[in-house]
Amino acid sequence: MNDFWKRFSRNRSAVLGLLILCLVIFVASIASLIYPDDPFLYSKYPLSKPGENGFFLGSDSIGRDVASGIAHGAKTSLLIGLIATLAAVLIGVIFGALAGYYGGLVDDILMRVTEVFQTIPSFIFAILLVAIIKPSIESVVIAITVVSWPAVARLVRGEFLALKNREFVQACHTLGMSDYRIMLKEMLPNCLSPIIVIGSLMVATAILIESGLAFLGLGDPNVMSWGFQISDGRSMLRVAWWICTFPGIAILITVLAINLVGEGLNDALNPRLRERN
Amino acid sequence: MTNTLLKISNVDISLPEGSERLLAVENLCIDLAPGETLCIVGESGSGKSLTARALMGLLPAPHVRVSQGQINFCGEDLTKVSERRLREIRGSEISMIFQEPMTALNPVMTIGGQIDEIFRYHVSMSAAERRKRAIQLLDDVQLPDPAQIVNSYPHELSGGQRQRAMIAMALALEPKILIADEPTTALDVTTQAQILKLISDMQAVHQTGVLFITHDFGVVADIADRVAVMQYGHVVETGTVDKVLNHPEHPYTQALISSVPSLVPRPARARSEETVLEVQNVNKTFGGGSSFFNFGKPSRVVHAVKDVTIELRRGETLGVVGESGSGKSTLARCIIRLMDSDSGKIILDGVNICDLNRAEMRPWRAKIQMVFQDPFASLNPRVKVGQIIRQGPIIQGATQEEAEARTLELLKIVGLDARAFNRYPHEFSGGQRQRIGIARALALNPEILVADEPVSALDVSIQTQILSLLDEIRTKMNLSMVFITHDLRVAAQVCDRLAVMRYGEIVETGATADIFDAPQHSYTRDLLAAVPGQNWER
Repeated sequence: MNDFWKRFSRNRSAVLGLLILCLVIFVASIASLIYPDDPFLYSKYPLSKPGENGFFLGSDSIGRDVASGIAHGAKTSLLIGLIATLAAVLIGVIFGALAGYYGGLVDDILMRVTEVFQTIPSFIFAILLVAIIKPSIESVVIAITVVSWPAVARLVRGEFLALKNREFVQACHTLGMSDYRIMLKEMLPNCLSPIIVIGSLMVATAILIESGLAFLGLGDPNVMSWGFQISDGRSMLRVAWWICTFPGIAILITVLAINLVGEGLNDALNPRLRERN
Repeated sequence: MTNTLLKISNVDISLPEGSERLLAVENLCIDLAPGETLCIVGESGSGKSLTARALMGLLPAPHVRVSQGQINFCGEDLTKVSERRLREIRGSEISMIFQEPMTALNPVMTIGGQIDEIFRYHVSMSAAERRKRAIQLLDDVQLPDPAQIVNSYPHELSGGQRQRAMIAMALALEPKILIADEPTTALDVTTQAQILKLISDMQAVHQTGVLFITHDFGVVADIADRVAVMQYGHVVETGTVDKVLNHPEHPYTQALISSVPSLVPRPARARSEETVLEVQNVNKTFGGGSSFFNFGKPSRVVHAVKDVTIELRRGETLGVVGESGSGKSTLARCIIRLMDSDSGKIILDGVNICDLNRAEMRPWRAKIQMVFQDPFASLNPRVKVGQIIRQGPIIQGATQEEAEARTLELLKIVGLDARAFNRYPHEFSGGQRQRIGIARALALNPEILVADEPVSALDVSIQTQILSLLDEIRTKMNLSMVFITHDLRVAAQVCDRLAVMRYGEIVETGATADIFDAPQHSYTRDLLAAVPGQNWER
């Protein structure tokens, strides 16, 4: 663990990313403390500039506090990113592990199913899914999960294919170990590093998809989100730039931070890259 | 020596900080005369390959570099010359053959194209002339049909042919020095014998000085004029081949030489009447099938194991010997049911285990266990050693306490400290890992042990330790063993009986001594004749 941290901290930008990410998480967790009111609550001061009338980042066309929206939106974004990623990783690992381990017909069937999902452009697929189910937090999570698990399945399948013929796995067979145990206890720990890396990068993508959906009006109408704020402020862009800009910056730095952390994890966990340094 | 091609004096090669030792090579002094073969012998990590790379200026700079000393080549100090001059010297005056003929050739260029490059960079010749020279060279190294091989890609040639092509390239400009870094280690014995003969023939014609790096004393005995023995970066002994091999002075050399297994088979033991394992007419083919969505031609069928019948008596060690691709590992995996054989019977305690499904097979697993070849791949890097050994008995129904007690006992038997229990495999050396692998196999109290090249990835001194451990265990537990190996020296020391395999078939079986004294099949005779260092017996 110490060793891991040493390698991770060698990558300066990854540490910076981690700091920003921690800040975002911190803001999200104290959102209800610093802005105890509903972010949808409107005041009598529409279109206040940043700093005016007690609005730190200004207010929008009907007087909602932009800063409050960003803080509460951070909670939404991170939560959706995390849950959707966990679900996608779970499904992907199950599909990939079974396909890679059993091979043959099982592999053929599971991988053709995976390919069906991969052939549909992911964002359009997500829009379609949310439009069919009614827009809500759950439907957004489901949509993001459905479009992002195939990548994990592909990755895990490759890792399992390579591990399957390693001698230590064969040794487990000769001991009479069950398939389930070999996959879970012997093979899976050996491909955790790439799964962690792809998972961390998927959180960033999930946040982008969520914002995109909210921008198109397909987010949960009762939950504040960055995409919703941008969508709401875009018609005012020329008179009140701050409504769109600050949520946009929030998305930008959060996604950037997560990507930097993901890169750092990749450098620290990937043994092939490690040799190069 | 009046006539010296190369004189290395007091060379130190430094390693990056934080390595196991400061200097990879320390105070190295070697010289080489024209037409002479100097063998550098040593175990892994002795610094012999870095020495070779230092001569070519191929050290992985800036971390590893020559920090002190001179490499005097015909009056020039190779540690001081410019990069440009070094490029001129490489290939034309000093050239090198590598260990892996698979990776040393560029897979997307024809053999002719790669030879052509050497001429293009070093001498001016017309394209037609260069091509003619290339064909001539391939002919010189006795490749069949050179006019065609010039146009083939490396993957179209066999391992031995590739190494011949490498030699042709190395000798293209008639260098004064040829450095050969374990050039035959990846090859089969029969091919190895041919390559060694080729190198010495070429050397005789061109008066090349050959610096031959190897770990195999048999090879040394066959080709060396002089020998330098390296240990931990020091040359501990140099001298003529006769002096070093037959009258070694340094204790390390003595230990190394006494670790080389003798070619004289050990005395036969009485054969038990009780058969523990019978393999009857087992077949195994690969390929040929096509997957569910895969239309088109079925792939080529390889008959890996063809109609093999063997019998193993109690307490006996049966050696299965053969070259790579002979199907010996596939046979081992069929016996242990890691692969399903296509047809035939494998009878263990009166039951044909080929008919059993996974669940039915589980109780039988305990009776037959396997030791794997690669100690670095055969232990799960994420599982602690104690758990690796313990899990077998637990799967077979032992309680946690029983399994743990058994594990500690086994660690002792295989000669490891009890503290190993809570450590991870990467904290152990290759030999220690192989001991862990053996302990894992023994944890189930098997009757039969299938050992698939258990020592071929290990250095010769560690090889001896593991072999004597196996021997000890076999006697103590009355184990029967199927011992797969390509090394006839090891087979002679370990096996009571031998089965010689070629192209998936067993061509000859018999008592080890009988096979060594009077081989019946012509292939067995070829194999025995190809073992390096026959005329030398310590």
